[in-house]
Amino acid sequence: MSTLTTAPGAAAPGQRPQLRTRRLPTLAALGIAVAAVVLSAALVYGTGIGGTALVVALAVVLYLAGLYLASNVVEGRRQARNRTWSALIHSAFVLALLPLVSVTWTLVSKGAERLDGNFFQTSMNNIGARDPNGGAYHAIVGTLEQVGVATLITVPLGVLCAIYIVEYGRGRFAFTIRFFVDVMTGIPSIVAGLFVLAFWILIISPIFNNGRPGYSGFAASLALSVLMLPTIVRSTEEMLRLVPAPLREGSYALGIPKWKTILRIVLPTALPGIVTGVMLAVARAAGETAPVLLVAGGGAAINFNPFENNQSSLALYVYQQAGDASRYAPARAWAAALTLVALVLILTIAAKLLARRNRFGR
Amino acid sequence: MGDTPDGSANAGTGGPGVTTSHARVAGAALSVDVPGTPAHRAPNGAGGRGGDSGTGHGPGGGGALPRRRAFGADRVFQGLTMAAGTMVLVIIVAIAIFLIAKAVPALNANTANFFTFEGWFPNESSPRFGIGALAFGTLLTSILALLLAVPVALGIALYLSHYAPRRIGTALGFLIDLLAAVPSVVFGLWGRDFFYGPVRDLSVWLNKYFSWIPIFGGDGPFGKSILLGSLVLAIMVLPIITSLSREVFRQTPTANEEAALALGATKWEMIRTAVLPYGRPGVIGATMLGLGRALGETIALAMTLGIVSNISFNIIENGGNTVAANIANAFGEANDVGRGALIASGLVLFSITLIVNITARAIIYRRREFTESAA
Repeated sequence: MSTLTTAPGAAAPGQRPQLRTRRLPTLAALGIAVAAVVLSAALVYGTGIGGTALVVALAVVLYLAGLYLASNVVEGRRQARNRTWSALIHSAFVLALLPLVSVTWTLVSKGAERLDGNFFQTSMNNIGARDPNGGAYHAIVGTLEQVGVATLITVPLGVLCAIYIVEYGRGRFAFTIRFFVDVMTGIPSIVAGLFVLAFWILIISPIFNNGRPGYSGFAASLALSVLMLPTIVRSTEEMLRLVPAPLREGSYALGIPKWKTILRIVLPTALPGIVTGVMLAVARAAGETAPVLLVAGGGAAINFNPFENNQSSLALYVYQQAGDASRYAPARAWAAALTLVALVLILTIAAKLLARRNRFGR
Repeated sequence: MGDTPDGSANAGTGGPGVTTSHARVAGAALSVDVPGTPAHRAPNGAGGRGGDSGTGHGPGGGGALPRRRAFGADRVFQGLTMAAGTMVLVIIVAIAIFLIAKAVPALNANTANFFTFEGWFPNESSPRFGIGALAFGTLLTSILALLLAVPVALGIALYLSHYAPRRIGTALGFLIDLLAAVPSVVFGLWGRDFFYGPVRDLSVWLNKYFSWIPIFGGDGPFGKSILLGSLVLAIMVLPIITSLSREVFRQTPTANEEAALALGATKWEMIRTAVLPYGRPGVIGATMLGLGRALGETIALAMTLGIVSNISFNIIENGGNTVAANIANAFGEANDVGRGALIASGLVLFSITLIVNITARAIIYRRREFTESAA
């Protein structure tokens, strides 16, 4: 305390007391930025080695260097580093926004071209290369059915698995299951597709199909189930852990057996969270292309039966149209991509809003 | 997501502990107290399917539970959940078994060395195919994508957790999460139809001024190259690494941060001394998970790479192929051996991603234990 009060006083005769270190004025940063842009434009256009993109890139580098030097002179090395890193972190963020904006803009501008009633009411059956019409009705049917069947398979399995991990599992075995659920999250979707190809299409389905491999929407559902299962188990597990222990204990105290406590008390309490997790998993599965490509077989006609014959899906439709040589195909691909993204994002946003409302409600 | 397990894990595990002892005590009390009860309860229990009739007999309490029935229903339910849990292990083992079963015939028919041969001709009368070029392409694109994505992702994660105002940080974090939900086929389409142009211009520019560096050499055509694939891949793994790292950075103990600031550290010094060391295992785990995702990415790469199976370090010339992209592209015209060959390559991919994922999870798990014991 005494040193604090005496130090400025002691320094007073020589020079003005400094309680604050010198700071770089706000305008200086702006000045450096302007100077960097001007200098880089002069350099690039003067030597003729590039265009606007290079001007921006060089200006950022010059700005960072200039900021560091100026700050180093005025404020010292530590502040200079602080400022440079802060600028780098901010620019990383701007850099990441660029693709996001670009994808959104391309998607909307190119996708709106074919997004009409005809697109949602027709399939690609009998659509030739010179036909500008054609739609994604069959693909939308396929996506909805495949994801629906996959959800029917996965939700009971996933919820039961999560119940085992949280309520019953003990020791090494439960830990192993939990660990491999996490590992399973990282299985590439194409491997899930190959698995169902090897297991269902090439080994099981020939039994029902006169010895020929039978591609079907159901096979795609199986592959999607493999991908959805770990997501659903993980989110359900998190939600079950959030259920307060006193609720369980109260139920046990009333003499209710454990299985009934879980089904009547624990699950209903965790239900909104579980629904959120299921919706996120569904959104992810709806966008998968690779497994559907391998096992559903594609197809241009409307097929309402997921258990027999080829089916398409929206994601697969995008991929097939993108590879099509017809000059009308890209517009169809973009319209389908826009539809798919809208579907996925609506599901995701709804799920996140549901989760958020819950958290605040509790 | 990250902060729930440590606190509530105890709550969850505490529940079952209470029950097991409860069930045992209830059963014991029953058998000792009223020997005639089971027979007396039998119709009641049969109607109500299990021990819930016990609630009707308030004074009787847990002792009134018909022992065998309640135990039976619980047993069945427990067995059911355990079977569901075991399914996870069964599926992983089944994936390995069925892939091997279908890959072996094709590998036996292969007349070239599977691990070193660079081409992919499994549909010929004497099938020749090898994973060499594909595995090389997979590793090259993934590593390049990570090199591009990780610094940016860490920057964004730090921005969201420590620089942005709270409200904006939440909103932008939400936006980044949405980016993760966009299907890969959309990124593939975007990369092929839009991003191709700028990348081709960049490649031409790099080739003009830096062709003395081998990776920027060659004389075209440019565009559908490793560079385009890696950039698209980088954009796709960015949200994953960002959201995991942000969670980790956000969990840094406030005491550590405040201590650093109180000692006079600047904001960057605080981040470097308090936030980054704390988050390092989490960041490594997130990077490994991103690597796993990048290795397995299929459709986006099938649409943006030049699909040429050779080993070349040139990243801007048309070319490049990966295991997963090759499966998607070659599946259409594959015959029986061709399908087996693709399954064999899928088996390699499965093994690599399994190793990467197990390592990543092990790192994350170790960190979780560490933070739990510290808390």
